[in-house]
Amino acid sequence: MSNPADTIVVPIGRRPAARLNLRWLRDFPVIPAAILLMIGLVALFANQLAPHNPEIGTLGARFKPPFWQTGGTAKYLLGTDQLGRDVLSRLIFGARISMIVSFFAVLVAGVVGTTLGILAGYVGGWVDQVIMRVTDTWLALPALTFAIFLAAIVGPSMWNIVIILGITYWTRYARVIRGEVLSLKEREFVRLAIVAGCSKLTIMRRHILPNILNSAIVLGTLEIGVVIIAEATLSFLGVGVPPPEPSWGLMLSDGKQGLMVGYWWLTVFPGCCIMLMVLSANLLGDWLRVRFDPQLRQL
Amino acid sequence: MKQYVIRRVGYCLLSLFLLSVTIFFFVRVTGDPATLLVEPGASEADIAAIHHQFGLDRPLLVQYWLFLQSIVTGDFGQSFYYRTPVFELYLSRLPYSLMLAAVAMAFSLLIGIPSGILASVGVGGFWDSFGKGFALLGLSLPSFWVGLVMILFFSVFLGWLPSSGAGTPLHLIMPAFALGWYFAASHMRLTRSSMLEVLGSEYIKLAKLKGLPQRLVIAKHAFKNALIPVLTLAGINLVIMVNVAIVVETVFAWPGIGRLLYEGITFRDFPVVQGVVLMGGAMIVVVNLVVDILYAVIDPRIRLGA
Repeated sequence: MSNPADTIVVPIGRRPAARLNLRWLRDFPVIPAAILLMIGLVALFANQLAPHNPEIGTLGARFKPPFWQTGGTAKYLLGTDQLGRDVLSRLIFGARISMIVSFFAVLVAGVVGTTLGILAGYVGGWVDQVIMRVTDTWLALPALTFAIFLAAIVGPSMWNIVIILGITYWTRYARVIRGEVLSLKEREFVRLAIVAGCSKLTIMRRHILPNILNSAIVLGTLEIGVVIIAEATLSFLGVGVPPPEPSWGLMLSDGKQGLMVGYWWLTVFPGCCIMLMVLSANLLGDWLRVRFDPQLRQL
Repeated sequence: MKQYVIRRVGYCLLSLFLLSVTIFFFVRVTGDPATLLVEPGASEADIAAIHHQFGLDRPLLVQYWLFLQSIVTGDFGQSFYYRTPVFELYLSRLPYSLMLAAVAMAFSLLIGIPSGILASVGVGGFWDSFGKGFALLGLSLPSFWVGLVMILFFSVFLGWLPSSGAGTPLHLIMPAFALGWYFAASHMRLTRSSMLEVLGSEYIKLAKLKGLPQRLVIAKHAFKNALIPVLTLAGINLVIMVNVAIVVETVFAWPGIGRLLYEGITFRDFPVVQGVVLMGGAMIVVVNLVVDILYAVIDPRIRLGA
């Protein structure tokens, strides 16, 4: 993937500002990024966008189909569920839950994994041994089953899910970051910092951390998809975001009741939302990976 | 070789130890385990009795020792709901899970291997893009949603397949596909990269120079060697499938281990939940050990390098 044009030295005599280099943006996944941005905006302005209250329904208007089917009305564009709640409004507020859970869960996982990865890689010795053994054990466990187990004992709540997913999915960060730190710590600038008398903590914080942030961000983007599916799964099984909050996974679980009677809109729409968000995050993550971090291409 | 095996077994035991510690620790740090072990609505006296019976009033280390003793002897406690030992319950459900996993594996290999080969033969061509798209979809769609949409289409609208339960081969088709797609994606990716690696090697070039037709080179020379890593992954995935099938089994009411775990969660049947998770973790750790050792038997470079 290395393009010789990327490394050509800038000819002297031209103002750098005049040649703003946008080549790094090539192959940028425009549609996935736009979809993610849109979901983000919808989540942000859910209060203004949603036509109805997502948690309170009209029992008289149960199981209304989307507006283009017979029996549907323009009042409920995508139909209503078993309690007469507007599906569109629930999807809109569901975007907020998915965004919050995926962002913070990935953040928790990233902080835990990156910290442990830096510690293991830089300090080495028995610290490295202990951290990597624990990481290997966690990698060997079926992450989803473990998350279900934890969720079942601590009880359902959105922030519990954030923490549970965070402490379930940190292992990949720890492995990758540790590898990067191992090569970073042999570099000149780190040695110079040691000679200059910086403490280990300062070196890790000021010199190592900024250099592995790229990888951490790439890993985080790739992890978003995994975390969204995990949240939907937990909610679907009844140990995730508790009702009546409008999580997409919970909506699928509710929709299951109407499935055999053919109330397809309760199943198809939330699933499409999950698919769009996960697919977009994966495509964006793949692009970032190739773009910023050739070392991660093997993953 | 002996040293390698000893070290691997050591790591495996360490993993199992950490697994038991983690589960032991989380159950106790998140609240009083007695409230999980008694049935909902139990009286104060019952809870105190449970405390004494399970030694919850003793020091933590003693508690852990008792916990370890009971799981090593296969005693995961009694299910509140079924009133039978958890281990027996687990064994009675295992055949269903294995059956589902085997068929799902067959699906995923039947889809993954041919599409991986086609993709590797024409890199950048139609089959390559098609395979990539298929794999990306498989990794991005939640398997339970695939299951729900299939029920909607094949059971509700077309009425071709039964929507839930077990019994006939027809019952297996949808859950196996929903479970297998995700794994088909990873098998396809690995087949592709493994084929590409083999196709670039000297002996393939020689086979081509000899004037063998391309089909023969791919089928006879490249495919056989490229298959080894794929089959290894499939072996590990089979065990993982048994343990991640919970959502698919829930959607299709398939009476396997995943369904057992789901029932355990819904009925607040804590011994069942803990037992299934412990067994699942142990199973994966042990299979990883077996694979590591088999690898070392086949390839001496691994045991010398490790």
